Formats: sequence, C-alpha cells, structure tokens
Amino acid sequence: MDQITFLTEILLPALMSGLVVTLQLIAVSAPFGLLLGIGVAVGRQYGGGILSPVCKVFVYLIKGTPLLLLLIILYFGLPSVGITFSAFTASVIGFILCNGAYNSEYIRGAILSIKDGQMVAAQALGMTRLQAIRNIILPQALIRAIPGLSNEFIYLIKYSSLAYMLTVIELSGAGKLVATKYFAYTETFMVVGLVYLALVTITTVAVNLLEKHVSVPGMIRGETSAMQL
Amino acid sequence: MSTNNYILNVEDIHKSFGNKEVLCGVSFGVRKGDTKVFIGPSGTGKSTLLRCINQLTPPDRGRVWLHGEEVTGSGPRINHFRQKIGMVFQNFFLFDHLSAIENVEIALLKVKKMKKEEAREKALSELRQVGLEDWADHYPAELSGGQAQRVSIARALAMDPDVILFDEPTSALDPELTREVLEVMRKLAQQGMTMLVVTHEMSFACSAATEILFMENGVIAEQGAPETLLSDPQYTRTRNFLGQLTD
Repeated sequence: MDQITFLTEILLPALMSGLVVTLQLIAVSAPFGLLLGIGVAVGRQYGGGILSPVCKVFVYLIKGTPLLLLLIILYFGLPSVGITFSAFTASVIGFILCNGAYNSEYIRGAILSIKDGQMVAAQALGMTRLQAIRNIILPQALIRAIPGLSNEFIYLIKYSSLAYMLTVIELSGAGKLVATKYFAYTETFMVVGLVYLALVTITTVAVNLLEKHVSVPGMIRGETSAMQL
Repeated sequence: MSTNNYILNVEDIHKSFGNKEVLCGVSFGVRKGDTKVFIGPSGTGKSTLLRCINQLTPPDRGRVWLHGEEVTGSGPRINHFRQKIGMVFQNFFLFDHLSAIENVEIALLKVKKMKKEEAREKALSELRQVGLEDWADHYPAELSGGQAQRVSIARALAMDPDVILFDEPTSALDPELTREVLEVMRKLAQQGMTMLVVTHEMSFACSAATEILFMENGVIAEQGAPETLLSDPQYTRTRNFLGQLTD
C-alpha cells in the first residue's frame, strides 16, 4: 500500500471520525467551562464568607493536581462509590472542571481590574449587586478576559486528547489505533499534529474577529482619548 | 417628625472612618425645588454626607427620610430609594463598555424594566436635555470630561429622581468644561429640579443656590441664602473660608 492510499483510505477517514469526537468533547466542555468560570469568579469575588472560600479551594485543587489524575478518579475511581459515568461523560466533566477553574482566574483578574466606581455608579442608580454584576461588571470583565479565555480554550483543544486515556477514541486515540495497526507512527502523528494546528489556527482567527466585534473604544489596549481628562 | 413640606429630611447623621469622626451630627431638610450647595474645606465630610443620604456609605447614626419614608436601614428597599435619589460623581463613573445613550438607558431597562423603544426614547430626550443627542453613540473614552459629566447627569435624570446629589461634579474639569456642566445644572435648577450640590464653584453657589451650607469639622457651621451668607458680617467663618479661596 502506497502512502497516498494509506493517507486517503485509512488515515484520514479514521482521523475524521476521531475529529468528530474531539469536536464533541470541546463543544460540550467549552460553554459549560465558561459558565463555571464565570460562576466561580463571581462567587470568589462577591460570594462572601462561605461561597468565596469554597470557590478558592476548588480553584486551588484543580490548579494543584494533574488533569489526568482528575480524569482517572472520575472514570476509574468513582464507580467504587457507586457513581459510574461513560468515558465520554467522565472526560467532559473533567474538562469542564479544569477549564472552569482556569477561566475563573482570568475572569477574576479582569473583575479586579475594573474600577470601584463602576459598581458604585450602578448601585447609585438602584441596581442590586447582582444586577450590577450581570449588567456592568461581567460584560466589562469578559471583554477584558478574552485573551486569557481564548488561551484556555486552546489548551482545552489540546488536552481533550487526554480523553483517550479513558478509552474515548478522539483525534489522538484514532491516530494511535491507526499508527499501531500499520506501524506508521511518524506519518500518522504528523497528520494528527496538523489537524490540531488547524483547530488552533481557526480558533485564533475566530478570537481575533470576536475581539474586533466586541471591542469598545478606549476600554482595552489601554487606549485613552486625548480628550479624556 | 415635622413635615414643613420637606421631601428629604436628614437627621443627626454621624459617620466615622476608624477613629476619625467625619460627620458629627448633620441635620437639614430639603423642599421640592431647592438647590442646596455645600461648601467648606476639604475633608469636612461633604461628600460623605451625600453618600450617607443614598446609603452608598451607611451612616453610623442618624436617619434619612424621603417623602416621610425612612431610607436608612431600609434593607433591600434601598434600591427603590436610590432610583428616586440620583447621583452625579466627581469622576463621572460612566459605564465604560456602554455608549452614551446606553449609559442613560441601562437602568431604565434593567431596574425600571422599561420596554426597549420607550427606554431609547427617554434616554434620547435626556441626552437632548444636556445638549448631547448628537453624541449618543459615542463611548465614554471618546467624550470630553464635560461631555462625560453631562451624560452622567442625563443618566441620573432618566430615572426621574426626586432629588439629585452632585458630588463635586466639576472638580475634575478645566474651567471651560466646568462652564458647560454648570450651565446644565443651572438650567435644571431653574426647571425646579431638587438638587444637593457639593462644589467649590462659588459663582454657581451664588447664582443658583436657594441655600448655601458651610460645613466645617463634620458639622454645618453656618447656613443661609447666598446673599445673606456672603454679605452679612455675622457669618465670619464662611467669609474667612471664602477669603482663603480668593487669596
């Protein structure tokens, strides 16, 4: 079998089905990871005496342990206490927790960078704290957190390959199966690498467009109008 | 409590920060259409007093009443009172991510739950009131300080407040921009808006105030109509303070 046939008949179809699984993992994990990140950041910043330390400990634990460990506990450990997830579900839960914890740090940093006056002005208009957070603080924080959040999204694309350790045949797993069967490691994983590179490139372009779309004059990149006193 | 047609009553407000007592028992009443101007040296609690009225800084002691309803200690109902007590800040505090008109609109939409078209129309008419309808779609960073402060006045006006608190509204502005903001405020005073103004702008105090209150060391030291307070020789402390300003 020549290289071209291997590529078109064997490798690409296998990687294509793996890519579909990878995209499914990301498509489920990323939105919930963002929501979790927002929740944890707000909880930590405004949650008060109970919620705030809980959020802090959660972030500490996720940041302090390898993701692989978390995935192994979710899939192989929890059944011993009667909780069983499918490999896909366990992976997604692990990714959401990891993505959420890191996202929360980017968002919290952005919240901290917002001047107190924004909250004060919102409250002076009769907004509750929650209304002020939702309508004033978070929109600004999320715009400022885009670079960090997109970085984390790119990490998610790449660490989604860890699902393979839980028997989910995603992009890397599909590559591994083909590589082993045909003893074609180099070719296979070079192509796999190109696919990841393509995903990250698409993300980068999309994030640039998003940043342009939501950019507010003078709000990011430290622009200050000459007229502003 | 006596009514005297007061819409806003401030009774014996005390406030300390650490060991420093900033307000040591301040009381006054405000009638509809009053423009009360607070003057006095820095650090005598003028700004703190305004913040105690809408509870952005809850006072340690004393009470605030709006239309006979107690504002102090009102719990979550404070948000109802804050809609009726507008505030304009020294540094504008416009919402950075919103255009001028969105700044005026946002509380109408989210707090008053107004319909979109209705809120837009109202916001536009308030921007017109401060002469900025052509700047509706500009963001805070694209506005001059004077324009930004006028947007923030429009934002306060949009809530149809019973009284507006102005906390040194022109202190961050150069004289030219100060003039355009004071012009708007003077117009509001003429239209009968009830206003409490902390300022160092004596020309505004003289021309627009129904009463000037001179604060010193956390109390109202002297108060009166501008003509009497500024000319009557019995008000020595106010005159000394003003003398220092012009030195």
